[in-house]
Amino acid sequence: MSNTSVLSVRNLSVAFATADGDVIAVDKLSFDLALGETLGIVGESGSGKSVTASSIMRLNNSSSATTTGEILLEGTNILTASEDEVRSIRGKDVAMIFQDPLSALNPYYTVGHQIAEAYEVHHHGVDKSVVRSLVLDMMTKVGIPNPEKRIDEYPHQFSGGMRQRIVIAIALINQPKVLIADEPTTALDVTVQAQILDLMKSLQLEFNMAIILITHDLGVIAEVADNVLVMYAGRIVETSSVSALFAEPVHPYAFGLLGAVTSLEASDRGQLDTIAGSPPSLISLPSGCSFHPRCEFVEFGNGKCVSVVPELRSIGTLGSSTACHLSDDVIVSLGRKAARA
Amino acid sequence: MFIFVVRRLFFAVVLLLAVSFFTYMLFAMLPADPAALTCGKNCKPDIIAANRIRLGYDKSFLEQYWLFLKGIFVGRDYGMGAAAFSCAAPSLGYSFGQHECVTTLIAQTFPVTAYLSIGAFILWMIIGIGVGAIAALHRGKWQDRAASLFTSIGVSLPTFYIGLLVLFSVVIWLRILPFPSYESPFDNPQAFLQTMILPWLVLAVLSAASYTRLTRNGMLEAMNEDFVRLGVAKGLRQRVILRRYVMRQAMIPIVTIAGLDFAGLLGGAIITESVFSLPGMGRMSIRAVVESDLPVLVGTTLVAAVFIVLANVLVDIAYGYLDPRVRVR
Repeated sequence: MSNTSVLSVRNLSVAFATADGDVIAVDKLSFDLALGETLGIVGESGSGKSVTASSIMRLNNSSSATTTGEILLEGTNILTASEDEVRSIRGKDVAMIFQDPLSALNPYYTVGHQIAEAYEVHHHGVDKSVVRSLVLDMMTKVGIPNPEKRIDEYPHQFSGGMRQRIVIAIALINQPKVLIADEPTTALDVTVQAQILDLMKSLQLEFNMAIILITHDLGVIAEVADNVLVMYAGRIVETSSVSALFAEPVHPYAFGLLGAVTSLEASDRGQLDTIAGSPPSLISLPSGCSFHPRCEFVEFGNGKCVSVVPELRSIGTLGSSTACHLSDDVIVSLGRKAARA
Repeated sequence: MFIFVVRRLFFAVVLLLAVSFFTYMLFAMLPADPAALTCGKNCKPDIIAANRIRLGYDKSFLEQYWLFLKGIFVGRDYGMGAAAFSCAAPSLGYSFGQHECVTTLIAQTFPVTAYLSIGAFILWMIIGIGVGAIAALHRGKWQDRAASLFTSIGVSLPTFYIGLLVLFSVVIWLRILPFPSYESPFDNPQAFLQTMILPWLVLAVLSAASYTRLTRNGMLEAMNEDFVRLGVAKGLRQRVILRRYVMRQAMIPIVTIAGLDFAGLLGGAIITESVFSLPGMGRMSIRAVVESDLPVLVGTTLVAAVFIVLANVLVDIAYGYLDPRVRVR
């Protein structure tokens, strides 16, 4: 795995200094990403998904955030690279799609200008007409009808879905190795969501890039991800392949997430299953396992849940890992039950 | 766009007509008898009566207004026979106080006001936007606090106070500059600059304050926009992001206010001109008020209104150019 990995994150921690004390948004996160792989990162708001994503491009505000660990992009540590090196990586080797396409585009320039700008910043002295035909190509690839006309239009003349396609075109014009998609479909209509996901999948095949897909929508994960990281309060609580997650989740938090997915049967019962309680404040995290105050199975943890922070360990036969104190047998049987429900 | 401009200009003309009407109405409704003001102490009833007819003050209000309006386009003749004289178009009336056509008086004083306004405007845009940008880029640091101090001082200190203070310290106390005495830049450029430098600076520094605040806040707001983050994620240099992403957005409200402020200045920087004894339109207006020289007042008011209305149209057009979302197709 590691010899084909394009991106390795090792012990990434991000802390923000606030007036109420340091907030540890991400705590000792490690993962590998291979070319062509799609890694889903799921979790509730505030679980550290987006901070992880912006750390990879070093977009966090450097004056308030302290980032430690290693982020290796093909051997280059992004966290210790010079500002010039990072700038040459941004948008070229690693590109990003933001959550809200309505605000992600600069309203004062044509979409063609903005796509071209992303190309030209990494390719100096390319003829204008060459760039323009590249931009038109890219607009066709992301499925914008009539690109010759639309290239000179402004973002406000596009619908939300079309704007997200423009954002994708900006991200992919340099054929990046890693694409970070931070909730790329959250702000879009459901029908448009499916189109955008299909588009990302087909372009991933064409460019053989790795995708980090950040979402709280397990439906999206099921559709496009190969592997999944489940995050809770800044830590990874479960890693598994997408099929394993849905067949045999291995963390009580993941059981809850699966249970909270709306399905036709659930709506027949007239009630939506939820995880009791709310995500903890990152300033005063619960002791031991951060999830224990909300966990139904604390009594099976031999008292360690409240006092000891669980380490990630492999579990089961499907290649998953969990950060949970419950015994393997208990987790696996509870997981299978949760997946069937 | 063309239709938009034409429509805006049409409404501008209608607005100016209304302004001229109401200004002229004030003139007619004031208790002072304009004819009695024409001859001062040696007035005799027959002279007043003759002047009244000569200047057309015997006619009805609407008729007088019509003659005034007509005068703007075709010029106006006063009196008959040997005492006849005329003011060529665009005639804004005849000042009985200064025995001169109002248009001529404005043509004499307006350049002074224009030089003052243009110089001060350029300086204050540079100072205001420059200091504001520095403050935004060093948010919370000493540069930001210094800029904030500058802003509070600039906003709260009145021109007449600072103007006199500067005049006193530089000219009378330090004797760095001679006492201001205006000369045309074409006749005596050195004297012109020596006279103008203080009013330019005073007007610029005091007016720059609000631009500093606008620039700082506009830039900070723009820096939080998602599209600025996307600009960083593209790998753009900070300089490029500031210019194409941050400044582009922050400039929009500044352009709006700058246009109106500049137009307001062109109508006469009354206090600055008075403090620094500049023979501009503002000082002339004040004198006209003191001397009840009503035709001059009507004239300068109308000229000031033209600038304000014109600036509004230009700002609207500039707005459409700066922000494609409000561009009219």
